Amino acid sequence: MKKEYDIIVVGAGPAGSMAARFAAEQGISVLMLEKDRDVGYPVRCGEAVNKKGIEEFIESNEKWIAAKINKFSLNSPDGTEVVIEFQETGYILERRIFDYELAKTASNAGAEILTRAYVNGLLFENGKVSGVKYEFNGGQKEIRAKIVIAADGVESRVGRWAGLETHCDFRDMECCAQVTASNVKVNSDTCYFYFGKDFAPNGYFWIFPKGENIANIGLGVSGLTGKKKSASTFLNSFMESRYPNASILTKIAGGVPCSPTLKKISSPGIMLVGDAAHQVNPLSGGGITSGMIGGSIAGRIAGEAIKMNKLEHIFAYDKVWHDRIGKKHEIYNIIKNGIYNFTDEKFNNIAHSFNKVPRNKRTLGKLFTTALINNPSLLIDVAKVFVI
Amino acid sequence: MLYRQAKTSILMIEILPNKCDFCGCCVGVCPEDAIELKEAEIRIIDERCTNCAKCVWSCPIEVIVFNKNGVEI
Repeated sequence: MKKEYDIIVVGAGPAGSMAARFAAEQGISVLMLEKDRDVGYPVRCGEAVNKKGIEEFIESNEKWIAAKINKFSLNSPDGTEVVIEFQETGYILERRIFDYELAKTASNAGAEILTRAYVNGLLFENGKVSGVKYEFNGGQKEIRAKIVIAADGVESRVGRWAGLETHCDFRDMECCAQVTASNVKVNSDTCYFYFGKDFAPNGYFWIFPKGENIANIGLGVSGLTGKKKSASTFLNSFMESRYPNASILTKIAGGVPCSPTLKKISSPGIMLVGDAAHQVNPLSGGGITSGMIGGSIAGRIAGEAIKMNKLEHIFAYDKVWHDRIGKKHEIYNIIKNGIYNFTDEKFNNIAHSFNKVPRNKRTLGKLFTTALINNPSLLIDVAKVFVI
Repeated sequence: MLYRQAKTSILMIEILPNKCDFCGCCVGVCPEDAIELKEAEIRIIDERCTNCAKCVWSCPIEVIVFNKNGVEI
Protein backbone atom coordinates (compact mmCIF):
# COMPACT_ATOMS: atom_id res chain seq x y z
CA MET A 1 0.00 0.00 0.00
CA LYS A 2 1.07 3.51 -0.76
CA LYS A 3 1.00 6.43 1.67
CA GLU A 4 -1.04 8.50 -0.73
CA TYR A 5 -3.22 7.76 -3.75
CA ASP A 6 -4.50 9.85 -6.60
CA ILE A 7 -7.99 8.45 -6.03
CA ILE A 8 -9.67 6.59 -3.18
CA VAL A 9 -12.99 4.88 -3.85
CA VAL A 10 -15.17 4.11 -0.82
CA GLY A 11 -17.31 1.01 -1.42
CA ALA A 12 -16.77 -1.91 -3.81
CA GLY A 13 -20.22 -2.40 -5.31
CA PRO A 14 -20.78 -2.11 -9.08
CA ALA A 15 -20.54 1.72 -9.06
CA GLY A 16 -17.37 1.77 -6.95
CA SER A 17 -15.68 -0.92 -9.02
CA MET A 18 -16.43 0.91 -12.27
CA ALA A 19 -15.16 4.19 -10.85
CA ALA A 20 -11.96 2.47 -9.70
CA ARG A 21 -11.49 0.71 -13.03
CA PHE A 22 -12.10 3.71 -15.30
CA ALA A 23 -9.77 5.82 -13.18
CA ALA A 24 -7.04 3.16 -12.94
CA GLU A 25 -7.16 2.54 -16.69
CA GLN A 26 -5.63 5.98 -17.11
CA GLY A 27 -2.49 4.91 -15.30
CA ILE A 28 -3.07 6.73 -12.03
CA SER A 29 -3.00 5.25 -8.52
CA VAL A 30 -6.35 4.06 -7.16
CA LEU A 31 -7.32 2.41 -3.88
CA MET A 32 -10.80 0.98 -3.28
CA LEU A 33 -11.91 0.40 0.33
CA GLU A 34 -14.75 -1.98 1.24
CA LYS A 35 -16.20 -2.20 4.75
CA ASP A 36 -17.40 -5.80 4.49
CA ARG A 37 -15.15 -8.83 4.43
CA ASP A 38 -16.37 -9.91 0.97
CA VAL A 39 -16.93 -7.99 -2.23
CA GLY A 40 -20.43 -8.88 -3.50
CA TYR A 41 -21.85 -10.24 -0.27
CA PRO A 42 -24.38 -9.90 1.30
CA VAL A 43 -26.66 -9.42 -1.71
CA ARG A 44 -29.33 -6.78 -1.07
CA CYS A 45 -30.89 -6.63 -4.52
CA GLY A 46 -33.51 -8.06 -6.88
CA GLU A 47 -30.63 -8.81 -9.30
CA ALA A 48 -32.48 -8.04 -12.56
CA VAL A 49 -30.60 -6.21 -15.31
CA ASN A 50 -30.75 -5.53 -19.00
CA LYS A 51 -28.19 -7.55 -20.99
CA LYS A 52 -27.26 -4.65 -23.24
CA GLY A 53 -26.68 -2.31 -20.31
CA ILE A 54 -24.32 -4.75 -18.64
CA GLU A 55 -22.41 -5.61 -21.79
CA GLU A 56 -21.25 -2.03 -22.08
CA PHE A 57 -18.97 -2.92 -19.17
CA ILE A 58 -18.38 -6.65 -19.02
CA GLU A 59 -18.71 -9.57 -21.40
CA SER A 60 -21.60 -11.87 -20.47
CA ASN A 61 -20.49 -14.91 -18.56
CA GLU A 62 -22.64 -17.89 -17.58
CA LYS A 63 -21.08 -17.99 -14.13
CA TRP A 64 -22.93 -14.88 -12.99
CA ILE A 65 -26.13 -15.34 -15.02
CA ALA A 66 -28.76 -17.16 -12.96
CA ALA A 67 -31.54 -16.84 -15.56
CA LYS A 68 -32.24 -15.26 -18.93
CA ILE A 69 -35.48 -13.30 -19.15
CA ASN A 70 -37.67 -12.50 -22.14
CA LYS A 71 -41.10 -12.09 -20.52
CA PHE A 72 -42.67 -9.86 -17.92
CA SER A 73 -45.75 -11.04 -16.08
CA LEU A 74 -47.45 -8.03 -14.50
CA ASN A 75 -50.20 -8.90 -12.04
CA SER A 76 -52.94 -6.53 -10.98
CA PRO A 77 -54.61 -6.69 -7.55
CA ASP A 78 -57.62 -8.72 -8.82
CA GLY A 79 -55.29 -11.39 -10.23
CA THR A 80 -55.39 -10.29 -13.88
CA GLU A 81 -52.11 -11.21 -15.51
CA VAL A 82 -50.60 -9.09 -18.26
CA VAL A 83 -47.78 -10.78 -20.16
CA ILE A 84 -45.30 -8.79 -22.21
CA GLU A 85 -42.70 -10.56 -24.31
CA PHE A 86 -39.69 -8.72 -25.57
CA GLN A 87 -36.75 -9.25 -27.86
CA GLU A 88 -34.12 -7.74 -25.64
CA THR A 89 -32.81 -10.21 -23.12
CA GLY A 90 -32.72 -9.50 -19.43
CA TYR A 91 -30.57 -11.28 -16.89
CA ILE A 92 -31.12 -12.28 -13.32
CA LEU A 93 -27.66 -12.07 -11.86
CA GLU A 94 -25.77 -14.00 -9.24
CA ARG A 95 -24.60 -10.79 -7.71
CA ARG A 96 -22.21 -12.33 -5.26
CA ILE A 97 -20.22 -13.53 -8.28
CA PHE A 98 -20.99 -10.56 -10.52
CA ASP A 99 -19.77 -7.91 -8.06
CA TYR A 100 -16.65 -9.93 -7.43
CA GLU A 101 -15.93 -10.16 -11.18
CA LEU A 102 -16.43 -6.41 -11.55
CA ALA A 103 -13.97 -5.76 -8.72
CA LYS A 104 -11.52 -8.02 -10.53
CA THR A 105 -11.76 -5.83 -13.65
CA ALA A 106 -10.86 -2.84 -11.46
CA SER A 107 -7.96 -4.75 -9.99
CA ASN A 108 -6.80 -5.86 -13.45
CA ALA A 109 -6.78 -2.21 -14.49
CA GLY A 110 -4.36 -1.51 -11.64
CA ALA A 111 -6.60 -0.52 -8.74
CA GLU A 112 -5.71 -1.81 -5.26
CA ILE A 113 -8.55 -3.20 -3.13
CA LEU A 114 -8.75 -3.47 0.64
CA THR A 115 -11.67 -5.21 2.37
CA ARG A 116 -12.74 -4.89 6.02
CA ALA A 117 -11.68 -1.27 5.84
CA TYR A 118 -14.42 0.86 7.39
CA VAL A 119 -14.23 4.52 6.37
CA ASN A 120 -15.43 6.70 9.27
CA GLY A 121 -14.35 10.19 8.36
CA LEU A 122 -12.74 12.48 5.80
CA LEU A 123 -9.54 14.50 5.79
CA PHE A 124 -9.73 18.13 4.66
CA GLU A 125 -7.16 20.62 3.49
CA ASN A 126 -8.07 24.23 2.67
CA GLY A 127 -11.74 23.31 2.49
CA LYS A 128 -11.14 20.47 0.05
CA VAL A 129 -11.49 16.76 0.76
CA SER A 130 -7.95 15.39 0.89
CA GLY A 131 -8.32 11.79 2.06
CA VAL A 132 -10.17 9.41 4.37
CA LYS A 133 -9.99 8.15 7.93
CA TYR A 134 -10.67 4.46 8.30
CA GLU A 135 -10.71 1.60 10.72
CA PHE A 136 -8.71 -1.45 9.76
CA ASN A 137 -7.54 -4.43 11.76
CA GLY A 138 -8.57 -2.82 15.05
CA GLY A 139 -6.67 0.42 14.43
CA GLN A 140 -7.63 3.91 13.28
CA LYS A 141 -5.77 4.98 10.14
CA GLU A 142 -5.62 7.84 7.65
CA ILE A 143 -4.74 7.94 4.00
CA ARG A 144 -4.49 10.89 1.69
CA ALA A 145 -5.92 11.20 -1.83
CA LYS A 146 -6.38 13.94 -4.37
CA ILE A 147 -9.96 12.82 -5.07
CA VAL A 148 -12.32 10.66 -3.01
CA ILE A 149 -15.13 8.86 -4.85
CA ALA A 150 -17.96 7.95 -2.47
CA ALA A 151 -19.70 4.73 -3.53
CA ASP A 152 -20.93 3.92 -0.05
CA GLY A 153 -24.41 2.92 -1.11
CA VAL A 154 -27.76 3.69 0.47
CA GLU A 155 -26.16 5.01 3.66
CA SER A 156 -24.36 7.76 1.74
CA ARG A 157 -22.55 9.17 4.75
CA VAL A 158 -19.24 10.01 3.06
CA GLY A 159 -20.91 12.71 0.94
CA ARG A 160 -22.55 14.21 4.03
CA TRP A 161 -19.21 14.56 5.74
CA ALA A 162 -18.12 16.64 2.75
CA GLY A 163 -21.14 18.90 3.24
CA LEU A 164 -23.37 17.50 0.50
CA GLU A 165 -27.06 16.90 1.12
CA THR A 166 -27.35 13.16 0.67
CA HIS A 167 -30.03 11.83 2.98
CA CYS A 168 -33.07 10.29 1.35
CA ASP A 169 -36.59 11.45 2.21
CA PHE A 170 -38.19 8.50 3.99
CA ARG A 171 -41.09 8.61 1.52
CA ASP A 172 -38.65 8.01 -1.35
CA MET A 173 -36.83 5.19 0.41
CA GLU A 174 -38.02 1.82 -0.88
CA CYS A 175 -37.61 -0.44 2.11
CA CYS A 176 -37.11 -3.99 0.91
CA ALA A 177 -37.33 -7.49 2.30
CA GLN A 178 -36.38 -10.44 0.16
CA VAL A 179 -35.69 -14.15 0.19
CA THR A 180 -34.03 -16.59 -2.13
CA ALA A 181 -36.43 -19.51 -2.05
CA SER A 182 -36.29 -22.96 -3.58
CA ASN A 183 -39.15 -25.34 -4.21
CA VAL A 184 -41.15 -22.55 -5.85
CA LYS A 185 -42.82 -23.00 -9.23
CA VAL A 186 -41.71 -20.28 -11.64
CA ASN A 187 -40.94 -20.07 -15.34
CA SER A 188 -37.24 -19.44 -15.57
CA ASP A 189 -37.66 -16.96 -18.45
CA THR A 190 -40.23 -14.70 -16.75
CA CYS A 191 -40.00 -11.86 -14.25
CA TYR A 192 -43.19 -11.57 -12.20
CA PHE A 193 -44.44 -8.30 -10.71
CA TYR A 194 -47.40 -7.80 -8.39
CA PHE A 195 -49.06 -4.47 -7.70
CA GLY A 196 -51.62 -3.17 -5.26
CA LYS A 197 -52.23 -2.50 -1.62
CA ASP A 198 -52.21 -6.13 -0.51
CA PHE A 199 -48.85 -6.84 -2.14
CA ALA A 200 -46.75 -3.71 -1.84
CA PRO A 201 -48.42 -0.29 -1.52
CA ASN A 202 -46.24 2.50 -2.99
CA GLY A 203 -43.93 -0.09 -4.43
CA TYR A 204 -44.04 -3.49 -6.06
CA PHE A 205 -43.62 -7.14 -5.27
CA TRP A 206 -41.23 -9.18 -7.40
CA ILE A 207 -40.51 -12.81 -8.18
CA PHE A 208 -37.38 -13.13 -10.27
CA PRO A 209 -36.37 -16.69 -11.25
CA LYS A 210 -32.85 -17.87 -10.58
CA GLY A 211 -33.23 -21.18 -12.38
CA GLU A 212 -35.75 -24.01 -12.19
CA ASN A 213 -37.83 -23.89 -9.01
CA ILE A 214 -35.70 -21.22 -7.38
CA ALA A 215 -36.34 -17.50 -7.23
CA ASN A 216 -35.43 -14.19 -5.70
CA ILE A 217 -38.72 -13.08 -4.10
CA GLY A 218 -39.18 -9.74 -2.43
CA LEU A 219 -40.78 -6.36 -2.31
CA GLY A 220 -40.13 -2.74 -1.67
CA VAL A 221 -42.47 -0.35 0.07
CA SER A 222 -42.05 3.34 0.73
CA GLY A 223 -41.09 4.44 4.24
CA LEU A 224 -44.57 5.98 4.30
CA THR A 225 -46.09 2.50 4.04
CA GLY A 226 -43.52 1.18 6.49
CA LYS A 227 -45.02 3.51 9.11
CA LYS A 228 -48.01 1.17 9.25
CA LYS A 229 -46.73 -2.15 7.96
CA SER A 230 -43.19 -3.27 7.29
CA ALA A 231 -41.80 -4.93 4.17
CA SER A 232 -41.04 -8.15 6.06
CA THR A 233 -44.66 -8.45 7.23
CA PHE A 234 -45.86 -8.21 3.61
CA LEU A 235 -43.26 -10.77 2.54
CA ASN A 236 -44.07 -13.25 5.30
CA SER A 237 -47.79 -13.25 4.56
CA PHE A 238 -47.14 -13.66 0.81
CA MET A 239 -44.79 -16.59 1.35
CA GLU A 240 -47.17 -18.29 3.78
CA SER A 241 -50.14 -18.04 1.47
CA ARG A 242 -48.39 -18.58 -1.88
CA TYR A 243 -45.41 -20.81 -1.16
CA PRO A 244 -45.97 -22.58 2.16
CA ASN A 245 -43.56 -25.36 1.15
CA ALA A 246 -40.71 -23.19 -0.02
CA SER A 247 -37.27 -23.53 1.52
CA ILE A 248 -35.71 -20.19 2.33
CA LEU A 249 -32.04 -20.13 1.39
CA THR A 250 -31.37 -16.49 2.21
CA LYS A 251 -33.44 -13.78 3.84
CA ILE A 252 -32.30 -10.22 3.84
CA ALA A 253 -33.38 -6.60 4.15
CA GLY A 254 -32.32 -3.68 1.97
CA GLY A 255 -33.04 -0.09 1.02
CA VAL A 256 -33.20 1.68 -2.33
CA PRO A 257 -33.22 5.50 -2.57
CA CYS A 258 -35.90 6.00 -5.27
CA SER A 259 -35.61 9.72 -5.87
CA PRO A 260 -34.04 11.67 -8.71
CA THR A 261 -30.26 12.08 -8.51
CA LEU A 262 -29.00 14.36 -5.74
CA LYS A 263 -28.78 18.04 -6.73
CA LYS A 264 -25.02 18.07 -6.28
CA ILE A 265 -22.84 14.99 -6.77
CA SER A 266 -19.42 16.61 -6.75
CA SER A 267 -17.69 19.05 -4.44
CA PRO A 268 -14.01 19.99 -3.99
CA GLY A 269 -12.09 16.72 -3.80
CA ILE A 270 -15.13 14.43 -3.78
CA MET A 271 -17.56 12.75 -6.21
CA LEU A 272 -20.60 10.59 -5.44
CA VAL A 273 -21.60 7.53 -7.49
CA GLY A 274 -24.29 4.83 -7.47
CA ASP A 275 -26.88 4.62 -4.68
CA ALA A 276 -24.83 7.15 -2.68
CA ALA A 277 -25.66 9.72 -5.41
CA HIS A 278 -29.24 8.39 -5.77
CA GLN A 279 -28.45 7.25 -9.32
CA VAL A 280 -31.10 4.54 -9.10
CA ASN A 281 -33.91 4.52 -11.64
CA PRO A 282 -36.63 5.85 -9.31
CA LEU A 283 -39.44 4.06 -11.16
CA SER A 284 -38.01 0.53 -11.25
CA GLY A 285 -35.63 0.79 -8.32
CA GLY A 286 -32.98 -0.72 -10.60
CA GLY A 287 -29.56 0.68 -9.88
CA ILE A 288 -26.93 -1.75 -11.14
CA THR A 289 -26.50 -0.49 -14.70
CA SER A 290 -27.11 3.16 -13.87
CA GLY A 291 -24.68 2.91 -10.95
CA MET A 292 -22.08 1.40 -13.28
CA ILE A 293 -22.62 4.22 -15.76
CA GLY A 294 -22.30 6.80 -12.96
CA GLY A 295 -19.16 5.09 -11.68
CA SER A 296 -17.59 4.91 -15.12
CA ILE A 297 -18.25 8.59 -15.83
CA ALA A 298 -16.90 9.64 -12.43
CA GLY A 299 -13.83 7.41 -12.74
CA ARG A 300 -13.03 8.71 -16.21
CA ILE A 301 -13.45 12.38 -15.24
CA ALA A 302 -11.49 11.93 -12.00
CA GLY A 303 -8.65 10.33 -13.95
CA GLU A 304 -8.65 13.18 -16.46
CA ALA A 305 -8.60 15.73 -13.62
CA ILE A 306 -5.53 14.06 -12.09
CA LYS A 307 -3.72 13.82 -15.41
CA MET A 308 -4.45 17.45 -16.29
CA ASN A 309 -3.54 18.44 -12.73
CA LYS A 310 -6.77 20.41 -12.70
CA LEU A 311 -8.93 19.10 -9.88
CA GLU A 312 -11.82 21.47 -10.56
CA HIS A 313 -12.42 19.41 -13.73
CA ILE A 314 -14.40 16.96 -11.55
CA PHE A 315 -17.30 19.43 -11.39
CA ALA A 316 -18.01 18.55 -15.04
CA TYR A 317 -19.32 15.20 -13.74
CA ASP A 318 -22.71 16.56 -12.60
CA LYS A 319 -23.65 17.71 -16.09
CA VAL A 320 -22.31 14.70 -17.96
CA TRP A 321 -24.35 12.43 -15.67
CA HIS A 322 -27.45 14.60 -15.93
CA ASP A 323 -27.33 14.69 -19.72
CA ARG A 324 -26.83 10.96 -20.09
CA ILE A 325 -29.14 9.55 -17.35
CA GLY A 326 -30.10 12.08 -14.70
CA LYS A 327 -32.69 13.90 -16.79
CA LYS A 328 -34.41 10.63 -17.72
CA HIS A 329 -34.61 9.72 -14.05
CA GLU A 330 -36.39 13.00 -13.36
CA ILE A 331 -39.11 11.93 -15.78
CA TYR A 332 -39.26 8.41 -14.33
CA ASN A 333 -39.67 9.95 -10.91
CA ILE A 334 -42.75 11.91 -12.02
CA ILE A 335 -44.22 8.73 -13.49
CA LYS A 336 -43.43 6.87 -10.27
CA ASN A 337 -45.22 9.46 -8.18
CA GLY A 338 -48.26 9.10 -10.45
CA ILE A 339 -48.30 5.31 -10.44
CA TYR A 340 -47.65 4.94 -6.73
CA ASN A 341 -50.86 6.76 -5.98
CA PHE A 342 -52.91 4.41 -8.16
CA THR A 343 -55.77 2.63 -6.44
CA ASP A 344 -56.22 -1.11 -6.83
CA GLU A 345 -59.18 -0.36 -9.09
CA LYS A 346 -56.99 1.67 -11.40
CA PHE A 347 -54.38 -1.10 -11.65
CA ASN A 348 -57.19 -3.54 -12.48
CA ASN A 349 -58.66 -1.26 -15.16
CA ILE A 350 -55.27 -0.83 -16.82
CA ALA A 351 -54.70 -4.61 -16.83
CA HIS A 352 -58.15 -5.25 -18.33
CA SER A 353 -57.71 -2.64 -21.10
CA PHE A 354 -54.18 -3.75 -21.87
CA ASN A 355 -55.16 -7.39 -22.25
CA LYS A 356 -57.29 -6.34 -25.26
CA VAL A 357 -54.07 -5.39 -27.07
CA PRO A 358 -52.91 -8.29 -29.30
CA ARG A 359 -50.07 -10.21 -27.68
CA ASN A 360 -47.52 -9.43 -30.38
CA LYS A 361 -48.21 -5.71 -30.02
CA ARG A 362 -47.71 -5.59 -26.27
CA THR A 363 -44.75 -3.51 -25.21
CA LEU A 364 -43.92 -1.55 -22.08
CA GLY A 365 -44.51 1.62 -24.08
CA LYS A 366 -47.98 0.44 -25.05
CA LEU A 367 -48.67 -0.43 -21.42
CA PHE A 368 -47.70 3.06 -20.41
CA THR A 369 -50.04 4.52 -23.04
CA THR A 370 -52.82 2.36 -21.63
CA ALA A 371 -52.01 3.64 -18.16
CA LEU A 372 -52.26 7.19 -19.47
CA ILE A 373 -55.67 6.59 -21.06
CA ASN A 374 -56.91 5.26 -17.73
CA ASN A 375 -55.34 8.09 -15.85
CA PRO A 376 -55.08 11.24 -17.97
CA SER A 377 -53.77 13.35 -15.10
CA LEU A 378 -50.56 11.32 -15.27
CA LEU A 379 -50.04 12.73 -18.74
CA ILE A 380 -50.21 16.24 -17.33
CA ASP A 381 -47.63 15.33 -14.69
CA VAL A 382 -45.32 13.96 -17.37
CA ALA A 383 -45.87 16.95 -19.64
CA LYS A 384 -44.86 19.27 -16.80
CA VAL A 385 -41.37 17.79 -16.90
CA PHE A 386 -40.89 18.98 -20.43
CA VAL A 387 -42.45 22.38 -19.95
CA ILE A 388 -40.75 23.46 -16.72
CA MET B 1 -31.34 6.39 35.61
CA LEU B 2 -29.22 7.39 32.65
CA TYR B 3 -30.82 8.47 29.42
CA ARG B 4 -29.14 9.20 26.15
CA GLN B 5 -28.79 12.89 25.48
CA ALA B 6 -30.84 14.15 22.57
CA LYS B 7 -32.53 17.38 21.52
CA THR B 8 -35.60 16.43 23.51
CA SER B 9 -33.33 15.43 26.40
CA ILE B 10 -34.58 11.84 26.35
CA LEU B 11 -33.86 9.39 23.60
CA MET B 12 -36.80 7.33 22.48
CA ILE B 13 -35.36 5.43 19.54
CA GLU B 14 -33.87 2.04 20.13
CA ILE B 15 -32.33 -0.51 17.79
CA LEU B 16 -33.22 -3.94 19.13
CA PRO B 17 -29.99 -5.77 19.83
CA ASN B 18 -29.22 -8.90 17.82
CA LYS B 19 -32.09 -8.43 15.37
CA CYS B 20 -30.60 -5.92 12.92
CA ASP B 21 -29.73 -7.05 9.38
CA PHE B 22 -27.38 -4.07 8.78
CA CYS B 23 -29.08 -3.06 5.51
CA GLY B 24 -28.58 0.70 5.93
CA CYS B 25 -32.14 1.93 5.21
CA CYS B 26 -32.23 3.81 8.52
CA VAL B 27 -28.84 5.40 7.89
CA GLY B 28 -29.99 6.59 4.45
CA VAL B 29 -33.13 8.33 5.77
CA CYS B 30 -31.60 9.80 8.93
CA PRO B 31 -31.54 13.59 8.46
CA GLU B 32 -29.00 14.02 11.28
CA ASP B 33 -26.37 11.43 10.29
CA ALA B 34 -27.06 9.93 13.72
CA ILE B 35 -26.63 6.25 12.91
CA GLU B 36 -23.31 4.53 12.47
CA LEU B 37 -23.23 1.23 10.62
CA LYS B 38 -20.27 -1.09 10.22
CA GLU B 39 -20.24 -4.55 8.66
CA ALA B 40 -22.24 -6.11 11.49
CA GLU B 41 -22.45 -3.39 14.11
CA ILE B 42 -24.93 -0.56 14.40
CA ARG B 43 -25.42 2.24 16.92
CA ILE B 44 -27.28 5.49 17.34
CA ILE B 45 -25.02 8.49 17.87
CA ASP B 46 -26.79 9.79 20.98
CA GLU B 47 -25.88 13.48 20.73
CA ARG B 48 -27.31 13.75 17.21
CA CYS B 49 -30.61 11.83 17.42
CA THR B 50 -33.71 14.06 17.51
CA ASN B 51 -36.27 11.25 17.91
CA CYS B 52 -37.77 12.02 14.49
CA ALA B 53 -38.63 8.31 14.01
CA LYS B 54 -37.90 8.23 10.27
CA CYS B 55 -35.59 5.27 10.88
CA VAL B 56 -38.39 3.47 12.72
CA TRP B 57 -40.74 3.85 9.74
CA SER B 58 -38.10 2.84 7.22
CA CYS B 59 -36.83 -0.31 8.86
CA PRO B 60 -37.92 -3.19 6.59
CA ILE B 61 -37.82 -5.71 9.44
CA GLU B 62 -39.09 -3.67 12.41
CA VAL B 63 -35.99 -3.80 14.55
CA ILE B 64 -35.95 -0.07 15.35
CA VAL B 65 -38.59 0.90 17.88
CA PHE B 66 -39.97 4.10 19.32
CA ASN B 67 -40.36 4.03 23.07
CA LYS B 68 -42.17 7.11 24.32
CA ASN B 69 -41.04 6.51 27.88
CA GLY B 70 -37.42 6.87 26.86
CA VAL B 71 -34.66 4.39 26.38
CA GLU B 72 -32.22 3.46 29.09
CA ILE B 73 -28.57 2.92 28.35
